[in-house]
Amino acid sequence: MKIRVLYFARLREALGTGREEIELPASVATLGELRAWMIGRGDPWAKAFSTIRPLRAALAQKVCDDDARLREGAEVAFFPPVTGG
Amino acid sequence: MGVHVRIQESDFDPGAEIEAMRSPTAGAVVSFVGQARGSSGGRMVASLFLEHYPGMTEAALERIGAQAVARWGLAEARIVHRVGEVPAGGRIVFAAASSAHRAQAFAACAFLVDHLKTDAPFWKQERGVDGAHWVEARGEDEAARDRWRDRARDGEPERGGGQ
Repeated sequence: MKIRVLYFARLREALGTGREEIELPASVATLGELRAWMIGRGDPWAKAFSTIRPLRAALAQKVCDDDARLREGAEVAFFPPVTGG
Repeated sequence: MGVHVRIQESDFDPGAEIEAMRSPTAGAVVSFVGQARGSSGGRMVASLFLEHYPGMTEAALERIGAQAVARWGLAEARIVHRVGEVPAGGRIVFAAASSAHRAQAFAACAFLVDHLKTDAPFWKQERGVDGAHWVEARGEDEAARDRWRDRARDGEPERGGGQ
């Protein structure tokens, strides 16, 4: 399954990029599994995803829990808690 | 009328925004302007850099505005939020509510600000002579938003205790 992943703020800086197109293995089907897979990729993802906490996630531009299911072509975003206003 | 949301890099004119909310159904307009502080925790801040999630940000602000319009029967809810670099003292955000009477407009304006701080995907970075620091989210901002749950339909938030 191919998805687009966006990163923002401190996480974007830690990874040196704001977006990736990723071909996921069949074993990764949920947001929580995607987090674990990111840590398993090694650095810089491992360090960023294990040290920048909490890290929120959005699927199709809606904040979602880790049990949300990924779909082909999905847009996923990871980011620290928001600080607007 | 209804919900008006804009994200922009350029500055805005609060007077022009308020003027645009004039209408025969609006007996009251209450507005808030958020500005960039020039210091933070003892550090000098020369400017704030504001990042956002294009698309999701607009949808989140539209949703917050629609909730306020429905809850207080507003004539209009208006949010203008800047992104990019804002110098110390510069304007960051405009939020305003117009309604037939003042109580609804006061409450709705506070609701808009309390929610846009916690529910819209913006991130602030403070920039100064000693480098750049991402602003940490504050627990009291979520508490300010959560006070609006289970609250009377209009009027002020309950500050602890109460029903």
